[in-house]
Amino acid sequence: MKTYDVVVIGAGPAGLAASIEAARRGCGVLLVDSNLKPGGQLIKQIHKFFGSREHRAGTRGIDIARDLYREALDAGVTVWLDTSVYGIFAGNVLAYARGLLEMKPSGGAVKADRVVLATGASENAVNFPGWTLPGVMGAGAAQTMINVERVLPGKRVLMIGSGNVGLIVSYQLMQAGADVVALVEGLPRVGGYGVHSAKISRAGVPILTAHTVSRAFGDTAVEGAEIVRVDPSWKPVAGTEQRLDIDTICIATGLRPYAKLAMLAGCRMVHSPILGGWVPFHDRSLQTSVPGIFVAGDAGGVEEASTAMEEGRLAGVSAAASLGKVSAAEARAQREEVEARLASLRMGPFGKPRHDAKEALHKAGECA
Amino acid sequence: MPAGAGVATSGYPSLDEVRGSPGYPSRERMAKGAVAVIECVQEIPCNPCEAACPRGAVKVGQPITNLPALDGEKCIGCGLCLARCPGLAIFLLDMTYSDTEAALSFPHEYLPLPEPGATVTAVDRAGQPVCRAKVLKVANPARNDRTPVITIAIPKEFAESVRGIARKSGGGDVGR
Ligand SMILES: Cc1cc2nc3c(=O)[nH]c(=O)nc-3n(C[C@H](O)[C@H](O)[C@H](O)COP(=O)(O)OP(=O)(O)OC[C@H]3O[C@@H](n4cnc5c(N)ncnc54)[C@H](O)[C@@H]3O)c2cc1C
Ligand code: SF4
Ligand code: SF4
Repeated sequence: MKTYDVVVIGAGPAGLAASIEAARRGCGVLLVDSNLKPGGQLIKQIHKFFGSREHRAGTRGIDIARDLYREALDAGVTVWLDTSVYGIFAGNVLAYARGLLEMKPSGGAVKADRVVLATGASENAVNFPGWTLPGVMGAGAAQTMINVERVLPGKRVLMIGSGNVGLIVSYQLMQAGADVVALVEGLPRVGGYGVHSAKISRAGVPILTAHTVSRAFGDTAVEGAEIVRVDPSWKPVAGTEQRLDIDTICIATGLRPYAKLAMLAGCRMVHSPILGGWVPFHDRSLQTSVPGIFVAGDAGGVEEASTAMEEGRLAGVSAAASLGKVSAAEARAQREEVEARLASLRMGPFGKPRHDAKEALHKAGECA
Repeated sequence: MPAGAGVATSGYPSLDEVRGSPGYPSRERMAKGAVAVIECVQEIPCNPCEAACPRGAVKVGQPITNLPALDGEKCIGCGLCLARCPGLAIFLLDMTYSDTEAALSFPHEYLPLPEPGATVTAVDRAGQPVCRAKVLKVANPARNDRTPVITIAIPKEFAESVRGIARKSGGGDVGR
């Protein structure tokens, strides 16, 4: 069985950054991703990104993915696309299936001295009468349809959820030629960034806070929806129902860390609502409770591409240091630089809760 | 949703919110000619506007969550920052365009783009129609990285309320 110094699972911003840093420090790195294209979420992010210059803010996500991939190849990373890791066994043996998308299936196992889990997050669903009708879909799925596959899922859309995903996908649906008839949010306030909500407000999308969808209509596909105002305990307020003429309902009610491999590996899990649910415990070097297994990006707590890249860097440095590829002093200095940037990204009303949640997570290890 | 409820409840910032933020130029500065109008009122981790300005007129500094602050004296109204803001939150306002009209520039990432000279519907922060406007310019140079910037002429009285033009069709009257 072939052995790599570091195997990184997931080629989103976290996994790409981790691979680059580990390879640059002399590790033999294998990066695998189940998709045909590298970049994770970035391959459908056609908008210009937030963050600072170090995080290529102002650059479109698709272009960030392309640049990171080139850097990874230049650093000597071996990349296997269309490869899913489905098992993780004692001694860090990873079972994989390859070629499923290209219809040339094969499989096997590799051994990893160090593993970085950078598997991202998956979308939460909500259910309501009619939610199984064709035309009800995750916002991420709609985004993949318009920006990767170039198929418009519908002409008149109801968006559920006002986090950045709901706001940005609404914007991109309009860019693709659809109308977003309304965006409903159960909470009394908009969840995502005001600049994103302002952008779609300006385009005429009513953002209805304290509203939810009560049902979808249609026999074989969505033909309409009913929305209703809700009180602070999420109870529908009678008499406030409105029927909307729509053909698509997109659900953007949050993401949860995709951490199944961590569970398989026996990593201790910690529940953190702010970070999206169950996450593998990890210390400041991003090592989980299983020695040699690191976690980075949304898989260790749902945040943003900028933080995912920084965590990826941190995991790459930590993995290399634990293999003795860099001295402890060097590793500490490099980690401190990344930590300072992470700290500044986790400030302000949106970042502070994530900062506190990460701190609580690290502490959960100290007393365990 | 009552007008002016604020960005966190209505989805768009109220005039009070933008006027009270450090990115909004003073009335005196507006009266002098073209100037950037930054409508970014929440502390988010973002700063491309700072690097975009060749005059050093925009400051975010450390931490990166600081609100962008505009130095109206340093801003020469070149408009370079507009297409660099990922939030599409920067506008350019020229109150000296003519005796009765102001010129407003804004990023507009929808197709089809209007033709210069066309008459279009100008909308406010909530996407509601405000007045007719004449398209003066549609700029989309390579440095904008596919973010076209449109300049329209509008009556001066609407200079602080108009923030874009209607896209081909809007969301309608749901909830209003
Ligand atoms: C609509 C939307 C807009 C966004 N806008 C911004 C923004 O403006 N700025 C910003 O900073 N962030 C933004 N984000 C967030 C950002 O995209 C994510 O936080 C970031 O991509 C997380 O990176 P990651 O590397 O952890 O995971 P991902 O990008 O999700 O990548 C994970 C990868 O792992 C692969 N994978 C998972 N399991 C396996 C397995 N078992 N085997 C092999 N491969 C596997 C997946 O196929 C995927 O490619 C946005 C997100 C969305 C959904
Ligand atoms: S308009 Fe020009 S000078 Fe003024 S802030 Fe923007 S980039 Fe700077
Ligand atoms: S670039 Fe735009 S969104 Fe980012 S801080 Fe500056 S004004 Fe705000």
